[in-house]
Amino acid sequence: MSLQTPIARARGLGSAKSGSEHWIVQRITAVLLLPLTLWFIYFACMLVGADYAAIRAAVGQPWNAALLATFLIIVLYHAQLGLQVVIEDYLHVRWLEITALVAVKFIAFFGSVVVLLALARVALGA
Amino acid sequence: MSTTSSQGGNRPLSPFMIGPYYRPQLTSMLSITHRGTGVFLCAGALLMVWGCVALAAGADQFAAFSACMGSTLGTLAVIGFVYSLWFHFFNGLRHLAWDVGRGLELSSAYTSGYVTLILALLCGSATLWLFYLRS
Repeated sequence: MSLQTPIARARGLGSAKSGSEHWIVQRITAVLLLPLTLWFIYFACMLVGADYAAIRAAVGQPWNAALLATFLIIVLYHAQLGLQVVIEDYLHVRWLEITALVAVKFIAFFGSVVVLLALARVALGA
Repeated sequence: MSTTSSQGGNRPLSPFMIGPYYRPQLTSMLSITHRGTGVFLCAGALLMVWGCVALAAGADQFAAFSACMGSTLGTLAVIGFVYSLWFHFFNGLRHLAWDVGRGLELSSAYTSGYVTLILALLCGSATLWLFYLRS
């Protein structure tokens, strides 16, 4: 006989594994990315064909550096949420699925750290 | 494909709509294209991370990044990224509208689908035209 209630045994075992947080955060990052993407495309259009010094100076502007870092970090977060669903849908071998999930989440996190450090260096002129 | 016995028999697992079970149609094709462009844009995001690193590392490193992006393969990739980004942008808007319960009727879903395709093509081409003018 188990002292657990039926709901405690069932929790986390359903197909959803967790609540609606993933779905909601994916939408929130999507909405945030709408204006950031428009800014990024504008910024990229302005920089195409410019030389190294001009691009470094433009990216090093405080608002540009902050916006670019924010854009890329939210992109990586949104990408990681989307890839998670793709992996969960199509990878049906459990160890492969978990390995891919951990790899994707790690790469997204590492990419964010790299972007922050690189853009800090450009913005602060080290 | 594997199924767990608790799911009962040989029930199809995603992507069950690919293959003989489901006739291709605009709505399902745009849906899978949203996924496809999303996965493809992940590569673009990683390239942007590399671009930031190269920019911080110095002129030589950035020249290598620029050369890669300017190569034939790089140019093709950039064209793909631009159209993919605009498609994912507009189709994402379409999904967000559905999420708040707007435009769910079949006729609306088709209209918004065609509008998404046209806007993605127009904005993508305009962006590439700006790129071309400036490079």
